[in-house]
Amino acid sequence: MSTVLRRRLTVLAFIGPALAGLVVFFVYPLLAAVYFSLHRVDLINPPEWVGLANWRFLFHDLNVRHAAGNTLWFVVVMVPARIVGAIATAMLLNRVKRGRTAYRTLFYLPALAPPVVATLAFVSLLKPGTGPVNTLLAKVGIEGPLWFNSPDWAKPALVLLALWGIGDLMIIFVAALLDVPVELYEAASLDGAGAWQRFRNVTLPSISPVVLFAAVTGVIATLQYFTQAAVAASVASGDAVTGGGISGTFGYPEGSTFTYPLWLYTVGFRNGLLGYSSVLAVVLFVVAIAVTLVLLRRFQAFAGSVR
Amino acid sequence: MNRRTVYLTAAAVLLAAGCTPGTKAPTAAATAPEPTGTVEFWHQFTDRESRAIAGIVKDFEAKYPKVTVHITDGQDDDKTLQAIGAGNGPDLAQSFSTDRVGKFCSSGAWVDLKSYVDRDKVDLSKIPPTVRSYTEFRGKRCSMPFLADAYGFYYNTTMLTEAGFAGPPKTLSELTAMTKALTKRRADGTIERAGFLPQFGFYEFSPAHLAPAAGAKWFTGEGRSAIGSDPAWKELMRWQKELVDWYGYKNLAKFTASLGDEWSADHAFHKGRVAMMVDGEWRVAFLRDQAKDVSFGTAPMPVVDAQASRYGAGYVTGNIIGVAKTARNPEAAWALIRYLTTDTAAVVKLANAIKNVPTTTDALAAATELKADPQFAVFLQIFDNPASTTMPASAVGTAVEETFSQFLAKWQSGAATNMDSGLADVDRQVDQMIQLAG
Repeated sequence: MSTVLRRRLTVLAFIGPALAGLVVFFVYPLLAAVYFSLHRVDLINPPEWVGLANWRFLFHDLNVRHAAGNTLWFVVVMVPARIVGAIATAMLLNRVKRGRTAYRTLFYLPALAPPVVATLAFVSLLKPGTGPVNTLLAKVGIEGPLWFNSPDWAKPALVLLALWGIGDLMIIFVAALLDVPVELYEAASLDGAGAWQRFRNVTLPSISPVVLFAAVTGVIATLQYFTQAAVAASVASGDAVTGGGISGTFGYPEGSTFTYPLWLYTVGFRNGLLGYSSVLAVVLFVVAIAVTLVLLRRFQAFAGSVR
Repeated sequence: MNRRTVYLTAAAVLLAAGCTPGTKAPTAAATAPEPTGTVEFWHQFTDRESRAIAGIVKDFEAKYPKVTVHITDGQDDDKTLQAIGAGNGPDLAQSFSTDRVGKFCSSGAWVDLKSYVDRDKVDLSKIPPTVRSYTEFRGKRCSMPFLADAYGFYYNTTMLTEAGFAGPPKTLSELTAMTKALTKRRADGTIERAGFLPQFGFYEFSPAHLAPAAGAKWFTGEGRSAIGSDPAWKELMRWQKELVDWYGYKNLAKFTASLGDEWSADHAFHKGRVAMMVDGEWRVAFLRDQAKDVSFGTAPMPVVDAQASRYGAGYVTGNIIGVAKTARNPEAAWALIRYLTTDTAAVVKLANAIKNVPTTTDALAAATELKADPQFAVFLQIFDNPASTTMPASAVGTAVEETFSQFLAKWQSGAATNMDSGLADVDRQVDQMIQLAG
């Protein structure tokens, strides 16, 4: 065996397990989704070729526009809210002198709560009429909103839930902020920079790679936003336990929490149009890739402008 | 794209094509064998009803001692279908949703029982025509009726008497008038007690359950959506919107948000927060179990004023049960289905236990205990009424009513104001989905 071949085999042996995982859990499902998007698939029978029929329906489907609109709302509002919230919390925690570890633990803990449990708790807390939040608001003379029962408030209520669980992001920003050289702040102060200027010209450029990471992972996760929206709708609708399956309540109230992945699931598993849901999956993948590329390019411009 | 990439892509596509289900559906043996072995039975009942099912299954095991039935309760349709698709499904499955029969039949997830029915000479004429219609699809009998549900009208007799009403409403106009008289508002205009809750999608008030009040149709003769073209739907929608507007949609939303879960003891009717409602016959048992102090009566659903002769009809549906394509022991599974759905003593015993409507004419005749109960007897009459209707099966399962309900949610809140255009969109969406399903 030649040295070159031996070296190549050694490399292959090391990257083999990762490569196998990538092929089995990424490449194969992706290509299978493209294949299924051209077929009638019901999970029970062999796929039946239908050409572009599933793709044509994409342009006439009323639900997909509505669901994509809701998902876009979450991407535009929830992702920046989580990043800003996490940075602000991390900065405040880094200023605390005594009991810093205890506070960090306290703020991180909600991130450990399973999404279903956290959502159930939030729906109970915000239940109009009987929930403690509206009860407290009423005591100070404020009529609380209907939260998860209002089409205007259901999405903001889910953003509040996301903000409550920013511990995962916050802890990364805590570490990033601690990495910013203190000398830079001292130099900026000597130059007469105020708090905002120090944040804008010292903190932000230093933690910008972490901001990019948070933005990219946040956008991808929000494009796939499913569990919290499904559970909140199901519980708030008052119709949580039905043999027809949880998906019967998706989108409550008035379709306000009906996200793109929920429609993908419903049309595939509830309505049995797996071929069409594969179209939705492929589109979601392409959008996620495109948004990631745009963010990376914008980040380069952003990083350049703040330097 | 280089040659290596092309090969890899082709391999993955072939793999995708290969990794799809292909199990052959079971058919009946030439002669009925003695049922033996283990049967995996998934159903959707829980708690009290699940215990009743377990009891009747024990009777089956006593009759066929060589069969052991493993029961998994609290399942749902999505999970069951996915399990069957993955090859890990049960031998037999039960569903609450007759509107999914089309999907179960057309996909073959539940097998055609014709060979079993013919071999064992099961007399299907003993099953009422409406029930036969919702247990088959395009000529495939892939399910049997496992007790039925009939929807009617519940009213709190104490509240009606206090308000001076001698009985329940028979027309939608009477329902509107009584709702207004029975509703109590606080000084700030918010609802303290609702006469009747007209919000589509809340508890059991759905378009399907209201349809018999006007004989509203779901499909045309060609199998296309008739929701936009049938004037009956528009009449029902106008009546409903008028009542919603009388309450004020925001008032209603606020009130319903404060009510308990439909399947809990905190149900608004149990708690006296609503005077009248549409619900299934099972609520009789729930009320007696969870709200012993509530004095209630039952009646058929009120109908549109111009079609008073419809009074007495209602929405009829039921539980369905079938042999899964993945059944490992289909003969024993069929034996259990046959016992649960055609053995008169078993059907009556189960109907008595979980307070559902028996589905064979013999069992209906023998259900003396249920007939003797005046509140339950109303539902037996609704079930037997020739004008009672059901949701026709479709290849896209629940998508038809759900698509309609999405528009109704916007319509009742005032977010959508153009009824014709909205209903046309519903028709278009439903027709396209049916076309895709094949």
